[in-house]
Amino acid sequence: MTDRYTRTAVALHWTIAALIISAIGAGWFMTDMAISPLKLRVYSWHKWIGVTVLALFAVRALWRLTHAPPPLLPMPAWQRLAAQSLHGFLYLMMVVQPLTGWIYSNASGFPIVYLKLIPLPNLVGKDKALARAFQDYHSIGGTVLAVAIGLHALAALKHHLVDRDDTLRRMLSWRSA
Amino acid sequence: MRNSGSLSLWVALGALFAAAGLAADSGIDVARSSIIATFRQENVPVDAPFRKFSGTIQYDPAMPAAASAALAVDVKSFDIGDAAYNAEVGKPAWFDSARFPQATFRSTSIRPGAAGHFDATGTLTIKGRAQTISVAIAVLRSGSVNAFDGSFDLSRKAFGIGDPSWDDVLDDKVHVRFHLLGSGA
Repeated sequence: MTDRYTRTAVALHWTIAALIISAIGAGWFMTDMAISPLKLRVYSWHKWIGVTVLALFAVRALWRLTHAPPPLLPMPAWQRLAAQSLHGFLYLMMVVQPLTGWIYSNASGFPIVYLKLIPLPNLVGKDKALARAFQDYHSIGGTVLAVAIGLHALAALKHHLVDRDDTLRRMLSWRSA
Repeated sequence: MRNSGSLSLWVALGALFAAAGLAADSGIDVARSSIIATFRQENVPVDAPFRKFSGTIQYDPAMPAAASAALAVDVKSFDIGDAAYNAEVGKPAWFDSARFPQATFRSTSIRPGAAGHFDATGTLTIKGRAQTISVAIAVLRSGSVNAFDGSFDLSRKAFGIGDPSWDDVLDDKVHVRFHLLGSGA
């Protein structure tokens, strides 16, 4: 059966989706919070989620390289190109967005200690100008990523409700591949 | 005319001696010195320097036991790296910098150790609360300049820095390290 995703691929897709959406939500909410212990906690959670996405992306990339996904269902060429470009962009952002956040944190003088347990290496030293630049990259990246996820979800719904094909159903299917 | 000329000469000489006296007093070369506090939030170590401080260190390698130090640190100069957080730590729950603008250290006794090392015991006062601390200090002399390096841990709570609601995210222990350059005697 080559028209199905493996369970691993489905699990990775939805786990990473949930993590990214939580990180965007936390990121949106935390920057405007008044200084409080909760604010520091939310920042930590946000960073840990980002690091988790980066790690899971590595697993996902390896999985995809060794387990070919089913081909896209029949659709116009422009839609195929749009879908593939958007998928590529989402993959790219799974690396870029955590990394700009990591650099922004380090440049601001804050190392990242994953889950309070594992100190991660500093990618850059403390540097105010660099921190300001990466604050922008990270914040713009978050907005662009949110829009890209929205387009991806809308396209999936369009396939499901308008085209009535299996595009969304097969990503929701938990039957053994 | 001649009188005023010799008067200005004396003033100049006086200023020179005063400057020499200051140097012998081993004032700290603040521009080349540092005092950095490392606090831990969510187990993340954050280095934050105090940008403004002043003081004197009297130290004669021939008589280390007679050494003494007095320092005053401007707590408002604590730089976490973000204006909002720097303003936050000046508030009454933290340093209360309006009421207690300075943290001070004054040595009370010096115990010489191995060559180039001594233990300084003294009174650390932050937010109006005094604690006795003991610090191991290494001295490195280059030319006429002494460099004093040391570090110690302090408890935030002992000085009432930070509301208890922060205790879950912010360690009580704060590590302070310093590198102080004094012009030598």
